[in-house]
Amino acid sequence: MKPSAFDYRRPEQLDEAIDLLGELGPDAKVLAGGQSLLPLLSMRLAAPKHLLDINRIAQLDFVSCGADGVRVGALARHAALERDAGARAVQPLLSAALAMVAHPTIRNRGTTVGSIVHADPAAEMPAVLCLLGGSITAMSTNGQRIICASEFFLGPLESALWESELAVEAFFPALPPQSGTAFAEISRRHGDYAVCGVAGLVTLDDDLRISVARAGYLSVSATPLVLDLTDAVSGRTFDGDLSAAGGLASAAVDPEPDIHATADYRRHLVGVLTNRVIVGAAHRAAREITGNGATQALPMPGAQP
Amino acid sequence: MTGSWHELTLIVNEVPLRTTVPARRLLSDCLRHDLGLTGTHVGCEHGVCGACTVLVDGVPMRSCLLLAVSVDGQAITTVEGLAGPDGELSAVQQAFQDCHGLQCGFCTPGFLTTITAGLIGCPDPTADDAREMIGGNLCRCTGYLNIVAAVLRAAELTRARSGEVADAAVDSGQVP
Ligand SMILES: Cc1cc2nc3c(=O)[nH]c(=O)nc-3n(C[C@H](O)[C@H](O)[C@H](O)COP(=O)(O)OP(=O)(O)OC[C@H]3O[C@@H](n4cnc5c(N)ncnc54)[C@H](O)[C@@H]3O)c2cc1C
Ligand code: FES
Ligand code: FES
Repeated sequence: MKPSAFDYRRPEQLDEAIDLLGELGPDAKVLAGGQSLLPLLSMRLAAPKHLLDINRIAQLDFVSCGADGVRVGALARHAALERDAGARAVQPLLSAALAMVAHPTIRNRGTTVGSIVHADPAAEMPAVLCLLGGSITAMSTNGQRIICASEFFLGPLESALWESELAVEAFFPALPPQSGTAFAEISRRHGDYAVCGVAGLVTLDDDLRISVARAGYLSVSATPLVLDLTDAVSGRTFDGDLSAAGGLASAAVDPEPDIHATADYRRHLVGVLTNRVIVGAAHRAAREITGNGATQALPMPGAQP
Repeated sequence: MTGSWHELTLIVNEVPLRTTVPARRLLSDCLRHDLGLTGTHVGCEHGVCGACTVLVDGVPMRSCLLLAVSVDGQAITTVEGLAGPDGELSAVQQAFQDCHGLQCGFCTPGFLTTITAGLIGCPDPTADDAREMIGGNLCRCTGYLNIVAAVLRAAELTRARSGEVADAAVDSGQVP
């Protein structure tokens, strides 16, 4: 349980890091929070020759919010993004999902960009990035490119990033008008990776009827899965029967069994959790529209904000 | 290949300590083997059990998931740094004693550091807050109930002690 030997570099400037990454080539690994990489090194599942520590590149430590969405620098810890008041206002799904990422102690060190690059199919933030249609900005000695979420996740623990590229920021689009989001997951123990998790996004029309319903899934496929559930519930009022969404979702997924859950149980959870987040997101959207008025007294179904 | 070696300074419990380590040295091993501070315990070595939790610049982190070289120059608080200079138990340590919050004690250093920082962010926890605070730490002995009680007791003791400090300041005329 000890990492094998490697050379360690700790640049303080972004361009220095990019040059080093280009120079060291495929034998180098980037070290961000290390909350996924250190276990891999200790178990000798990875044995890079060089480690490039980005923890002192102050330039990458930011969360910046605009009307269009939230930009998260590669050094922003999960905990910093979770607490950021601006980010909560612009896209409330971020803090709701981050509260489910591991334990607070892990979130104090782990980075949101690192978790996206790590591309674990059981991780929350890749699914959130995909649902929202966000993107990753990557830099290398060849320049900069923006990779949209739908093209970023290639397989379990495999992203579209080149070996010579550093992910410098993630962009999460803002909550659209007349919309609400919700997140729910089931795990064996609080703080564990989820057996199944769902993020939901609902947009209502002026009559509080559903015009868009979408959900993003973790732990049900090799890469984050996004389903458009609008057909199942379109035109229904936000507080009507929305259970067709769960039915459509559970028919659409094809989960694998593992030691934590059978495929059938996962499919069942997809249905149940989908309904929870779609109902939760629809209620939030209604509150958004009515400004806490008419819908405030309505019972909130058991979904996270 | 031996990899690179690095000379570093860690400010451990307010004392600057210098040491030279290979890049691959985990902070947990650096504290225990290089610096001789064996209070930090190592259970799982992959971030799950919480026994190795220390404070880095006041923030709880897993020392088994940090490279020592990565935190060069930073302030580390280990369980050895919690008691007062005269050996007086900290509020959290005292609460663990009062509430019987430990049995074998293996997990205890990680709980004490986590709760010490947790009570700063959440000085008046409910039992649910206490459970959330210790959610990332495993204990195989106590069944957690006494640890939850110790979190609540520690909050009480902290308030009482800061009251005493305030009273003492009033008595000595430092505060009107
Ligand atoms: C006990 C435990 C429980 C956990 N539970 C969960 C959970 O429930 N949900 C969840 O989502 N995560 C969980 N995690 C993982 C955690 O969220 C990590 O923080 C995250 O997966 C990786 O972020 P990091 O900054 O620590 O990245 P690192 O561990 O430093 O890096 C991970 C990988 O990404 C690469 N990388 C990182 N940043 C960059 C970058 N900017 N550019 C290029 N490559 C980069 C690294 O080279 C490495 O291959 C858990 C971890 C632990 C230890
Ligand atoms: S030894 Fe570090 S978390 Fe278990
Ligand atoms: S007291 Fe023995 S593991 Fe917690």
